[in-house]
Amino acid sequence: MMKELFVLAEHRQGQFRDITFEMLSKGVELAEKTGTELTAVMLGKNVKDQAKALAEYAKRVLVVDDAKLENFNSEAYQTVLAQLIKEHKPLLTLIGHTSFGVDLAPSLAVLLNIPLATDCIGVEYQNDTLAVTRQMYGGKVNVKATLNKAESYMITVRQATFPVQKKTPANGEIITVPSPLSEEITVKRFLEYVPPPPGGVDITAAEVLVGVGRGIKDVCNIPIVEELAKALGGTVACSRPIVDKGWLPSDRQVGTSGKTVKPKVYIALGISGAFQHVLGMKGSALIISVNKDANAPIFSVADYGVVDDLFKVVPSLKNKIYELKGQKA
Amino acid sequence: MDIIVCVKHVPETAESDLKIAANAKSIEKTGLVFDINEWDDYGVEEAVRLKEKHGGTVTVITVGSEEADSTLRKSLARGADKGLRLADPKFEGSDSYAVAKILARAIKNLPFNVIITGTQASDDGNAVVGPMLARLLGVPHVTMVKKLEINDQIAKVKRELEGSLEEVVEVRLPAVVSVQTGINEPRYVSIMGIRKAMQKEIKIMGLTDLGLSENEVGEAGSWLKVDKMYVPPVEKQAEFLKGNPDEVAARIAEILKAKGLI
Repeated sequence: MMKELFVLAEHRQGQFRDITFEMLSKGVELAEKTGTELTAVMLGKNVKDQAKALAEYAKRVLVVDDAKLENFNSEAYQTVLAQLIKEHKPLLTLIGHTSFGVDLAPSLAVLLNIPLATDCIGVEYQNDTLAVTRQMYGGKVNVKATLNKAESYMITVRQATFPVQKKTPANGEIITVPSPLSEEITVKRFLEYVPPPPGGVDITAAEVLVGVGRGIKDVCNIPIVEELAKALGGTVACSRPIVDKGWLPSDRQVGTSGKTVKPKVYIALGISGAFQHVLGMKGSALIISVNKDANAPIFSVADYGVVDDLFKVVPSLKNKIYELKGQKA
Repeated sequence: MDIIVCVKHVPETAESDLKIAANAKSIEKTGLVFDINEWDDYGVEEAVRLKEKHGGTVTVITVGSEEADSTLRKSLARGADKGLRLADPKFEGSDSYAVAKILARAIKNLPFNVIITGTQASDDGNAVVGPMLARLLGVPHVTMVKKLEINDQIAKVKRELEGSLEEVVEVRLPAVVSVQTGINEPRYVSIMGIRKAMQKEIKIMGLTDLGLSENEVGEAGSWLKVDKMYVPPVEKQAEFLKGNPDEVAARIAEILKAKGLI
């Protein structure tokens, strides 16, 4: 049999996560290049019907159906995947660099003694060598790295990096694999999902968002940004560090762990543009960024950029807006 | 309760202008300010809070050269009791996997109920050391933790998922808990704390003290080798508005007006 390339399907509360199809799309391309067969792997409870969607990409879909796999649990997933990987010896296993993947891949790789690279944004396989591209220092630097030569590799893949590509349906075969879990996993247990508390500000509904980041330096400077938002009839949003420090509530957070916004304009103030933030706001119709660092990644997503001190630009901008509106600040 | 916290001494780069070194395998470190990894700072605070609630000791461990002592001292000043620095010329070139092996060997001989790490480090962003360490020690782990409660032999945690969703998970102790930023509010370090920290011991251990062999660490013991470091190619570049702050502000206001936003 040909060597396989594994993609681990990620799903939650009955829905596939986007990363699943991003990895499958990349998987189709990698399988072609490496002369392997794409195998999707899906773990869950009563998921056989749902798994058909994976067969549009993969030559084969391995389904492990078990009530103990209803919700993600890294210990349960690890046991099942370790067995599948030992049996099938795929050249490469792709797992999402998500909350689930981060909890799963590192310990699974150690358990199987398979070289692992995480949060990859590029993958190449040449001369029996696997090379990956990943980022360091909050996206300010790219790194090309090689994994130690091995029979099997594992990588975690960054979200929203590889486009979903619809190809000719692969009509893959769906194979149910008996679950190796004999008893309930007790060292780690999923209890429940907790949605964000109701109420609060819905930043996804705002047409004008003024986003604030680390560059604001202190909580006592937040009013500067609030005043600009008020002048524009907009809403204040922020990047993760501002919520971590408790300067603004979590309902204001834009990014992978917060909200995805698409306002008519997003004004990013003192936001460097880490990937996690950019993913939440790059769909905005117009992006204007003010940052002191000319090399900040935010400038590669912004339409207009200002390399200057936000404390000088923002008050002046507020006044100009009131001037244009014929109002006094 | 015996608590171990793993910390990393990293350059602060969020607001700095980075330069790639001549060998294209690292960044220029001169001129950069080093401090405790932000995630680990929250980890130390969480450990000290556990100690305050349940009693016990907090041991803070790092893999690094002498400069990393300042990160250990900061953690001791915050309330950790003992510092341990794992250092050896042979550790040079270790990737996160090799670092996890070094930590595991040191921790194997220490009593612990909970090991706390940051979910990731701000420099490499690998997000692997906590769960790798757990597997090497044969204990369970949980990552991206935004809330931690310990009752008896169970840690009940809230994990951060995508899109403002969280999940509640229980994990049996001993375990490795990798925390997210924002899990707590790290306290300011008092003058008293700094004075006390100066008297606390930092123990240093190397390759042979840990019973490690050369091929388990450094480049030989690593999975990943950096070939090349480079500035990310710019797919799209913003149109930069030039001028003094007033001129720039006027331009932005015009742009907003033209789009009907004013």
